[in-house]
Amino acid sequence: MTKGRFGIHGGQYMPETLMNAVIELEEAYDHYKDDPEFKAELNTLLNEYANRPSLLYYAERLTKALGGAKIYLKREDLNHTGAHKINNVLGQVLLAKKMGKTRVIAETGAGQHGVATATAAALMDMECEVFMGKEDTERQALNVYKMRLLGAKVHAVETGTATLKDAVSETMREWTNRIADTHYVLGSTMGPHPFPTIVRDFQAVISQEIIDQCMEKEGRLPDCVLACVGGGSNAMGTFYHFIDHPEVQLIGCEAAGRGIDTFETAATINTGSLGVFHGMKSYFCQDKYGQIAPVYSISAGLDYPGIGPEHAWLHDTGRAQYVPVTDDEAVDAFEYLSRMEGIIPAIESAHAVAYACKIAPKMSKDQIMVVTLSGRGDKDCAAIARYRGEDINE
Amino acid sequence: MSNPRIKAAFEDGKAFIPFVTCGDPSLETTKKIIAELAQAGAAVIELGIPFSDPTAEGPVIQSANMRALEAGTTTDKVFDMVADLRKTIDTPFVFMTYANVVFHYGIEEFCSRAAEAGADGLILPDVPFEEKEEFAGPCRDHGMDLVSMIAPTSEERIDMIAREAEGFVYCVSSLGVTGARSSITTDLDSIVARIRAVTDTPIAIGFGISNPEQAAAMAAKSDGAIVGSAIVKIIAAEGENAVPVVGEFARKMVEAVRA
Repeated sequence: MTKGRFGIHGGQYMPETLMNAVIELEEAYDHYKDDPEFKAELNTLLNEYANRPSLLYYAERLTKALGGAKIYLKREDLNHTGAHKINNVLGQVLLAKKMGKTRVIAETGAGQHGVATATAAALMDMECEVFMGKEDTERQALNVYKMRLLGAKVHAVETGTATLKDAVSETMREWTNRIADTHYVLGSTMGPHPFPTIVRDFQAVISQEIIDQCMEKEGRLPDCVLACVGGGSNAMGTFYHFIDHPEVQLIGCEAAGRGIDTFETAATINTGSLGVFHGMKSYFCQDKYGQIAPVYSISAGLDYPGIGPEHAWLHDTGRAQYVPVTDDEAVDAFEYLSRMEGIIPAIESAHAVAYACKIAPKMSKDQIMVVTLSGRGDKDCAAIARYRGEDINE
Repeated sequence: MSNPRIKAAFEDGKAFIPFVTCGDPSLETTKKIIAELAQAGAAVIELGIPFSDPTAEGPVIQSANMRALEAGTTTDKVFDMVADLRKTIDTPFVFMTYANVVFHYGIEEFCSRAAEAGADGLILPDVPFEEKEEFAGPCRDHGMDLVSMIAPTSEERIDMIAREAEGFVYCVSSLGVTGARSSITTDLDSIVARIRAVTDTPIAIGFGISNPEQAAAMAAKSDGAIVGSAIVKIIAAEGENAVPVVGEFARKMVEAVRA
């Protein structure tokens, strides 16, 4: 088996033009990940700039209203730039800087990863270009403005379905065009090796903190942890340090869109099949000839037809469970959490909240559940208002 | 053990290797274009099986893929077309598509059906040396060559790739995706020399070649020139009337590479 495998998944299915670039990245990462100076620098950025550690918040009203498991929220929404994306981006941009790169490029769906990349690029004085599906630039216009404000150039991608997968394809194309000075800051635990590993490692701070904070507050580990899954970076971060604690249940919440029995879905594990795309072997939504399906979700950040290879492996082994959550359920949870706790979650994170609300009542009061709120919902307010038939200006 | 049809194609002077996306604008037109290309003296014909997300292609071939899929082209229909063409045409056919099209079909099943239809080789731009055995094995079992690509960034990887190259080496002229370029600045002479040092497998240069002058220059450096986007562009403009225009273009290119 080749490098970067999780069971049968992963690998490096990339054009030859990029092979030396991913090999160079792997070597640099292997060198710096254990370098005390790099680690110290990254830690300072995470703590002093990005506001880590993020809170593990006991959602008391929510817990009491649901009447079951004790629910904690891992507040990645409180990070600088409003989502977990900054954890990975600070790591990768710092790494790129050490590698002597002067320019970073990135794909973005909801715009959170694009904003985070533009932020880190501004901070570390790098040139930055972000590729975003045209449809998403319309759904998330405010984030487009933020990226520009931060000094990044935003390209609206009009090919294919003009959403996240096309943004990834276009960023890969751009990378083959200009490699020497450019690092591709991939935003999720996907793509060719070493990206799934690098992104997971930089996001693993989430589960490390959950363990520390839960031990401090409860003296034990939680019974289950939940996170939403698109490519899967906040979920991998949430799961990673629990993988070797089989007593902790891992639940990934996929975007089912209008339902997994419709074609308007993005639930890869629930509706997809094995494939090779965007650099990796994993599960993908596709037709019988291997054509990638035009997926759909209300959430631009989960609107991706694949899933990271480590998730595919966690699914194969049964270590993690992947459940579908529809648009309707996510929107209900978006509103419910806002009213119950005064916390407006990202519509992506609302998928995890929705499933938590479904299972918490069935759990006993002495059980502990941690739900990762991957991001905050400011960016989604206008879209949710429209979903409810209310037309507001952003 | 190389595919005999591909081997023979390089024994008769420099090779002009055209590419078409199958099913753009329709499989009937593609079929006529392929017959015309063979008639015009193409040494090998690259047949693109359309994919929804062709990540190594520039805008011209991306659009052709979309048109072909919208026209209802499928892998099975392409196999049927090739089987039909093979009855009258002896020019080697090399499929060019993406890993998922082959993988999801079933690699063994794909290779078996492709070879049965009369295909001689396969090019997968998203399968590098490290991942190739999964595909090269089944290709070999069915007498097809999995063509390896070498890029301007390959550097010290050239030796290992060239040593195991089958059919011909696809030498990528420039960084970036497929599509016309005003000039090609890569030091191809040293790349070709490095490949020649380890293998006798013929070398064809592709990416960015759009006119007879470029084709002649690239063929002079190697064993042949691969031309894709320039032909696909003609087909995009002419649609079902593209056959004679492509034919005329191909004859000029054949003449240029052989000069």
